[in-house]
Amino acid sequence: MGMTIAEKILARASGKSKVEPGEYIIGKVDLAMVHDLTGPLTLNVLKEVGYERPWDPEKIVIILDHQVPANSTVTASLHKQLREYADKYGTKFHDVGRQGVCHQILAESYVKPGMLVVGADSHTCTLGALGAFATGIGSTEMASVFLTGKLWFRVPETIRFELKGTLKPGVSAKDIILYIIGKMGVDGALYCATEFTGEGVEGLSVDGRLTLCNMAIEMGGKTGIVNPDVKTLRFTNTEHIESEVLRSDKDAEYHKTMEVALEDLVPQVALPHSVDNVKPVSEVEGVDADQVFIGSCTNGRLEDLEAAAKILKGRKVKAGTRLIVIPASPSIYMEAERRGYIRRFIEAGGVVCNPNCGPCLGGHMGILADGEVCVSTSNRNFVGRMGSPKSKVYLVSPETAATTAVEGKLTDPLKYVRG
Amino acid sequence: MSVIRGRAWLFGDNVDTDVILPGKYLVLTDPNELAKHALEGLVQDFYKKISKGDIIVAGKNFGCGSSREHAPIALKYAGVGAVVAESFSRIFFRNSINIGLPAVISKDARRVIKEKEQISIHLDEGYILRESGEKIPVEGYPEFLLEILKDGGLLQNLKRKFAGMGGVSRTPP
Repeated sequence: MGMTIAEKILARASGKSKVEPGEYIIGKVDLAMVHDLTGPLTLNVLKEVGYERPWDPEKIVIILDHQVPANSTVTASLHKQLREYADKYGTKFHDVGRQGVCHQILAESYVKPGMLVVGADSHTCTLGALGAFATGIGSTEMASVFLTGKLWFRVPETIRFELKGTLKPGVSAKDIILYIIGKMGVDGALYCATEFTGEGVEGLSVDGRLTLCNMAIEMGGKTGIVNPDVKTLRFTNTEHIESEVLRSDKDAEYHKTMEVALEDLVPQVALPHSVDNVKPVSEVEGVDADQVFIGSCTNGRLEDLEAAAKILKGRKVKAGTRLIVIPASPSIYMEAERRGYIRRFIEAGGVVCNPNCGPCLGGHMGILADGEVCVSTSNRNFVGRMGSPKSKVYLVSPETAATTAVEGKLTDPLKYVRG
Repeated sequence: MSVIRGRAWLFGDNVDTDVILPGKYLVLTDPNELAKHALEGLVQDFYKKISKGDIIVAGKNFGCGSSREHAPIALKYAGVGAVVAESFSRIFFRNSINIGLPAVISKDARRVIKEKEQISIHLDEGYILRESGEKIPVEGYPEFLLEILKDGGLLQNLKRKFAGMGGVSRTPP
């Protein structure tokens, strides 16, 4: 019996030739990441342990991304604490000016296929899109990784999502993953690796694959993962190590397999207050939107901004609706600027903020008041996620977000794409 | 492990980290401040209402969502003695044990235990004892997790392992 890519990476990281689901292993970590909300807790733990020197500063990346630039003296002191640690021990550090949504920064500059990546953020599973085993851990556990470079894992069962065919225009990776979560439920993949395979995935760009894997955690998944292909190798600059790349064996064993026909897929929305409360947008059109947010580790990439910019071309954001656009990284920001998207968002009546997490988790840059509705490209719509416990968040694709901004109410983008 | 005794507070399925500890409080690092907002999304002033040692008894996928360790920390410092659930989100489960708050898996507890019932968790023996004398089985832990729990959390465990290794000021070679 063969192994899945997730099993192969965990086997390699633990120095074994074979591992099986359910087995506990100690894995050598290739990359560890903390950000401005989880990193300070890690450093506090190290201080209490009485030993804080990292096992390998080259493998530790500290990224300011949740509240950047600092929006309060409390945040400023958290940033300062991380800055001082990075300075002292020579870890990688992304300060204001080089900051961006942590998973995007890792994707652009650090992660390679086959790596074992841990991040003190639940959406670390995003990086599986590059053929890595990437998963979120807590801050105390991260302190242990900082000191030892190792962590225990239970080898997960793998659920395979076989994507068939190609998407029609106006439908994108976000719609695929929302549809899947709607079918699986928020605990449908609990403790499992979720592997996306088939021509549907091959057809997606790296941006789209990152979106797919990003939301694996929203169905309880330990990681999302895509077998590396030529697009992955090009993106990660690893074409020269093609022969070493790990991929799932043809006879690998899966916990279960779900097929998704992409031709039939229409734009999806996750209604408040659960990510699996998913319906086609066409069935729930008309919900008034006070705010539209395009950004986050789910949909703040160039392809997402491009999709929104196309729809907003020559159009205006409806009076009474606020559009907030946040590119996920400086390089995306610059390329979007070069292509004229940034100008287009501003001309349409939107605001464009600097790369960071923005309002996604209710930190700043668009917090919701009582009774307000945000139609958002982010990944969670829990009670109070974006501010008031009496506000509501609807999760959609960038295409749906853009058409919603134009109409001022939840709107299916297909009519815009066709028309 | 010593026995954990307290009243049961019942919750449903998929209690997420944003209701356990809303994102706006993530800038707080003082555990006692975090405690004041524990479960704020579901129970106002939860920290005032519970007695030390009380036990959360929940359904499936407790702690789903974010990796924020602030969530189990808030519960622990609010006085929660343990969380019993039918299943946990993976990161919450790890975090909870790492900060010394026992996360106990029991397939049946949520179905049979009554609101505010006095219960006790006997981890070494592998059961929850009800007022009626009924014993409800709980899942065991792998050896190394039990070691962390017995140390009172990963911090204590690391302290033990890294004791005498040169202190915080040692500079890299």
